[in-house]
Amino acid sequence: MTIKVAVIQFPGSNCDLDTLHVLNNVMGIKAELVWHNEFNGGDYDSAVLPGGFSFGDYLRSGIIAAHSPAIGYARQMLEDNKPIIGICNGFQILTEAQLLPGALLKNDSLKFICKWVNIRVENNQTAFTNSMEKGSILDIPIAHGEGRYFTDNLNELKENDQIVFTYVDKSGNATEVANPNGSLENIAGVCNIERNCLGLMPHPERASEEILSPMGTTHGKLFFDSMINFIKRGGN
Amino acid sequence: MGLKEFIVEVVLTNKAKARDPTGETIQRDLLAKKGYDRVSNVRSGQYLKITLKAEQQETAKDIVERMCNELRIFNPVTQDLHILNVTEQS
Repeated sequence: MTIKVAVIQFPGSNCDLDTLHVLNNVMGIKAELVWHNEFNGGDYDSAVLPGGFSFGDYLRSGIIAAHSPAIGYARQMLEDNKPIIGICNGFQILTEAQLLPGALLKNDSLKFICKWVNIRVENNQTAFTNSMEKGSILDIPIAHGEGRYFTDNLNELKENDQIVFTYVDKSGNATEVANPNGSLENIAGVCNIERNCLGLMPHPERASEEILSPMGTTHGKLFFDSMINFIKRGGN
Repeated sequence: MGLKEFIVEVVLTNKAKARDPTGETIQRDLLAKKGYDRVSNVRSGQYLKITLKAEQQETAKDIVERMCNELRIFNPVTQDLHILNVTEQS
């Protein structure tokens, strides 16, 4: 089967081409850039909301893009069990659109942080983590100014097992030092209740080729491998 | 009845339980260091000055509140919305 993925572009997206490259040239699937106003779900099996600064991050990161008609179609795709991932700014858009719980606030350091971190897989039963081992530690870079995860409903998130990744140190401990931005409980990524929508601040598309990783790892590929598995298995 | 022009001033702040590193930095790294140790807390926010047409003051306020809720001008997960003033333009 041919898997077709849309990478949705907003004015100010800047990780769209990296994501497209990884999907097409590393994962070997068919991915296309689609301008947000022209996106209507089409015959895509999945969609990626890439990183960047959609609409200049005015008012709040992701809020303007969350009102784009593309998000209505994304919601429909999720209802049809077609997986959607929001990376960095894409995560901010998904929370502002209320497709994912919580919100992303300014880093507690007030600084833009760009570095490689470690995250631990807390839930490997999602459309984007099914090829990972629960508890495994991934090498992955972050690059954001507003990535401090906050929710006023932490208990519900835990009860529903919606915390997918937490920032940890090399040994896998979720310490304060390992938390780059002040996120609540070191949360780096969350999913919806249906497990077909994932949002995270780190960038899997920047961690999918050996040449880009100081550790020589390609843990980012696992996200897209999982997505391909999920689609091939017909959405589970 | 003709429409009049109003200015509605809105402030968005982080909820008390969401940390506000901007306010904390102003208090800790500027005010306290420059001798204003009597300042114990600063909270920052966003200010919007919205000019709109409405029948009367109360309507102007209602429209702005509705707009801010409907379009998530403020994020109810993390922020509180305060309407500071509604003034009629002369």
